[in-house]
Amino acid sequence: MTAQVRIVPDRLQTGFARFLRSWEALLIVVLVLIFLANSFASPYFLNVWNLSDATFNFTEKAMIAFAMAMLIIAGEIDLSVASIIALASTAMGIAMSAGFGTPVLVGVGLTVGLLCGAVNGFLVAGLKLPSIVVTIGTMSLFRGVSYIILGDEAFTGYPESFAFFGQGYVWWVVSFELVLFALLAVAFWALQHRSTFGRAVYAIGNNPTAALFSGIRVDRVRFILFLLTGLTSGIAAVCLTSRLGSTRPSIAAGMELEVVTMVVLGGVNILGGSGSIPGVVLAAFIMGMVTFGFGLLNVPGIVMSIFLGFLLIGVIAVPKLLRRK
Amino acid sequence: MSILRKILTTAALATALMSQTAAAETVKIAIVVKALGIGFFEAANKGAEEAAKELGDVEIIYTGPTDTTAEGQIEVINALIAQGVDAIAISANDPDAVAPTLQKAMERGITVISWDSGVAKDGRQMHLNPSSSALIGNTIIKLAADNMPEGGDVAILSATSTSTNQNTWIEEAKKVLPNYPGVNLVDVVYGDDLADKSYREAQGLVAKYPNLKAIIAPTTVGILAASQAITDAGLIGKVNVTGLGLPSEMAGAVESGATKSFAIWNPIDLGYAATMLAYNINKGATTEAGASIPMGRMGTATLDENGEAAMSDPFTYDASNIAEFKSIF
Repeated sequence: MTAQVRIVPDRLQTGFARFLRSWEALLIVVLVLIFLANSFASPYFLNVWNLSDATFNFTEKAMIAFAMAMLIIAGEIDLSVASIIALASTAMGIAMSAGFGTPVLVGVGLTVGLLCGAVNGFLVAGLKLPSIVVTIGTMSLFRGVSYIILGDEAFTGYPESFAFFGQGYVWWVVSFELVLFALLAVAFWALQHRSTFGRAVYAIGNNPTAALFSGIRVDRVRFILFLLTGLTSGIAAVCLTSRLGSTRPSIAAGMELEVVTMVVLGGVNILGGSGSIPGVVLAAFIMGMVTFGFGLLNVPGIVMSIFLGFLLIGVIAVPKLLRRK
Repeated sequence: MSILRKILTTAALATALMSQTAAAETVKIAIVVKALGIGFFEAANKGAEEAAKELGDVEIIYTGPTDTTAEGQIEVINALIAQGVDAIAISANDPDAVAPTLQKAMERGITVISWDSGVAKDGRQMHLNPSSSALIGNTIIKLAADNMPEGGDVAILSATSTSTNQNTWIEEAKKVLPNYPGVNLVDVVYGDDLADKSYREAQGLVAKYPNLKAIIAPTTVGILAASQAITDAGLIGKVNVTGLGLPSEMAGAVESGATKSFAIWNPIDLGYAATMLAYNINKGATTEAGASIPMGRMGTATLDENGEAAMSDPFTYDASNIAEFKSIF
């Protein structure tokens, strides 16, 4: 018997060649094209303050999109994120009315976000209910509670210092929200691509049964993922409430679909198993720049939605068609 | 390829045009509405364009979000700030949520006013109400009086007994009653803004007061239900239904004669007046309490201590103009 040594390469191409054919490369091309088109189309686009203002269009959604990306990679979904924002914001309003200061308000927002995530996580991971059904239910439930508390009233009069989270600047044109977005991007990149937890998420998304038999605590991972979407929704609630300076039960209405769009545009497989955080970051910039660019040209919002729809289908269809050749 | 070239030429052309218009110092006034595709606001845009034509050096940017959300309006306002518009006139989806962004707009030298649906006081320089409680109170009595020259009994069919708006208007209406000696107010009933309850209350009124000449309903639900009750009871020509209604809903009642005339604000006038005010404030008109700002053919707006002003009497709709307005709102 001759010992035959076979080398199985874990990567068939060099890193750069792989990158060129990747989803992220395609998104970068799209982003550059949109950036160029905007620069040509409007004389107001290339202005640091305007671009800084434009980042507010996507930072809050992107914060949730990072956690949502991991959840979708694991084969689950959370449609209640916008309603968690409404409930967390309402809770902050109650705390504010009771006379608490900024640190408590932030704590309340994050805690309510986590609790809502725990409810979703318990129902999905604990009671083994399908996440799409559970979160459609909690979507109505969380926002419903805000409507019961607030009706057609609003909480206003948040303290001055609270305005920093949604309206403040850390340095020059760099807003607090943009910094937070960057920090969360790095944190979620590390968690998804550089940790065993991230590997477990991919494994569960590809085959939950196989993952379970490999010794991965599938339900615990799922529960933690729901906690993460809850927590990031709480963070987004703090930012959005601070930016609006008020709370109404209709806050962030419809945001869950924009978050899911961002995740799918970022190359995450809606059926689970694959996707990356850098893709979601690029998708966030693309959506923000499209919204802002069209806004500068005073294009009606409905045209914007149609364009984003085409972009989504196009970006997903093009690689599939190319691969078929 | 040709599309790309077209886009590039358009862009180049647009840049050229912009630099030209900048030289002529066009005042760019943005009309921001609750959502695009609503007849009421399309009509307001017509009025804004009319004002722009009259003023000459004004460019109107008519814009708004797809859904009636505050977040959508904030994105629109950010884009307008970036374009460096001269004035923003907004009908807000949320009086508080848009205020911080509008404050930023004012810090960057943009004139900000609200109209129709107001913004919190610190988020705008002034707010234009379509009308005032006193003007509405007077108008609803006048509408009844105009159609009963020999006088007679009238009754009011309101929304709920706790509706703030309706109660204020009825209070104002009672104040002006001495000015209309023929009008004898016999009762105030409440239909709770429910079609069936309002209908029954109207039936009850005609049964209880045989000499009733008019029902005044200062609510769009009430006036519609009452005119239906009068039509069904065969009392057209004997009892006139009037008050505040929507032209699209009331067209049938006006055509049948159950309602001789009714009132509501005119969106065209509102868009016109908002544009005139934005222009004049941008040109230096003061917005202190008590200030009077001209608004073209609509007269002048006088600001109260909250920086609010009323445009005019509600606009009267009757057989002569209902056909034109019923398709608008």
